[in-house]
Amino acid sequence: MTVEKSNLQRILEAGHFSVTAEIGPPMSADAEFVRKKAREMAGIIDAANVTDNQTAIVRMSSIAASYLISQEGIEPVVQMTCRDRNRIAIQSDLLGAYALGLRNLLCLSGDHQSFGNHPQSKNVYDIDSIQLLKALRRMKEEQVFISGKPTKKPAEFFLGATANPFADPEELQFIRLHKKIEAGAQFIQTQAIYDVEKFASWMEKVRKAGLHKKAYMLAGILVNKSLKSLEMTKKVAGMRVPDGLVDRMRKASSQEEEGVNIALELISEIKKIEGVSGIHIMAVGWESIVPTIVERAGFLPRPKL
Amino acid sequence: MIVAEQKPLEEIMKSLEGFERIAIAACGTCVTVCMAGGEKEALKLASILELKGKEKNVPVKVKVVTPKRQCDVEFLDDVAEDIQDSDVVLSMGCGAGIQFMAERFRGKLVLPGVNTKFIGVARDVGVWTEMCQGCGECILEKTGGVCPVARCSKSNFNGPCGGSSGGKCEIDPSIDCGWQLIYNRLKELGRLEKLYEIIEPKDWRSSRDGGPRRVEKKEVRIDA
Repeated sequence: MTVEKSNLQRILEAGHFSVTAEIGPPMSADAEFVRKKAREMAGIIDAANVTDNQTAIVRMSSIAASYLISQEGIEPVVQMTCRDRNRIAIQSDLLGAYALGLRNLLCLSGDHQSFGNHPQSKNVYDIDSIQLLKALRRMKEEQVFISGKPTKKPAEFFLGATANPFADPEELQFIRLHKKIEAGAQFIQTQAIYDVEKFASWMEKVRKAGLHKKAYMLAGILVNKSLKSLEMTKKVAGMRVPDGLVDRMRKASSQEEEGVNIALELISEIKKIEGVSGIHIMAVGWESIVPTIVERAGFLPRPKL
Repeated sequence: MIVAEQKPLEEIMKSLEGFERIAIAACGTCVTVCMAGGEKEALKLASILELKGKEKNVPVKVKVVTPKRQCDVEFLDDVAEDIQDSDVVLSMGCGAGIQFMAERFRGKLVLPGVNTKFIGVARDVGVWTEMCQGCGECILEKTGGVCPVARCSKSNFNGPCGGSSGGKCEIDPSIDCGWQLIYNRLKELGRLEKLYEIIEPKDWRSSRDGGPRRVEKKEVRIDA
């Protein structure tokens, strides 16, 4: 049986440089909010990640919001974290997502609930993101659930995982990347890159291990609207923001314009690095800037496959 | 050991309001070692409660008993007389001890004097840290003797999340990243290759998820 591949998978397999972005669902049941964001990006990007209660703040579910944006002509990448659901709920939700026509899935551990707006909650972590990837790969290959019980129509997602080229210890993080790809990740989205030199040396290791041939490496770019936003980004664990960029932002006459310039410069450097298959633009809370970035980076028009 | 922490005095006093003959049951094992509910802590609490009683003109009488362990019924028999003479019992044993006291002394109200925290070790003078969650199926052989279930904030089985930074957990810089510790240990032992193995989803039935647990050792059972 042939599986209908997602747009993102087809674009990557055809050797095109993919452009994806992120859409953060609202802290409400407002469908129009999601639809509007999607309409702003339709035709501009190949797919949009829809976050799963990012930073453990309660928002509209990733699957529901993904379905809404798919109706507006944007292909979603559903996100699924291991924080809130046990293996029963995860598999059930993903069968539902697949039945709704959603085809891309990014598997994550999920930000710890202590960062969010319900720090009193109990976390789940029944399985971890690598176990989730492996389970979904097995579901595709062997048509079984985690328990080994069969399913007649499995969810056959184009599977993704995340990697942080800047997190330490480097060696252990790299082993983890290996494991994610071995477990079933077909594409890897990286943490936001500001330090291109460091990222380039990480990619060199990726190439040496041949991992870029086993999974598409999509480089993460965060667009900062202000000095404050850049400074906050710098404080996040596992982020590496060179001081020079902060200085540039501080001295800029228009911080918004400088934020865009920085993102465009990073994109132009990163896309030259061998083994990078796409760019993932994260402009959460400033999604309206994505079309400008994509256009000015020379990524338009997007391939139609 | 089981590590516990004494409840705030206000909470204890509120729960004991209206009682005049109080028995405080310390416990001679874990909570003694972690200085939460041993005889020393119980005696101190007893004098505070009597003093507070005096302030309010209530003739509070507190008797302290210290069974060797509250989790073994034979030691509870030793203190039965003092318990029977009281109106209420404040147990400073762990959650198991408190419940076992209540089972043994059916007619008595047994109240908790401590919050039971975890299975841990004395990390430093006056500092205890969690080491084990009693998940029922030990995988320490795969992880260099450092437990990912208890010591990774997300109980990740296959490596650290992206929030590990400088060897610390993203949720609190005073917490070591469990996976950094696993990595350090396996590196020291020259067994880093262990980390390439994908650890499969855990069968949580061995943990609390299989319902309240019971361990039976057949050979020591008399009427088994």
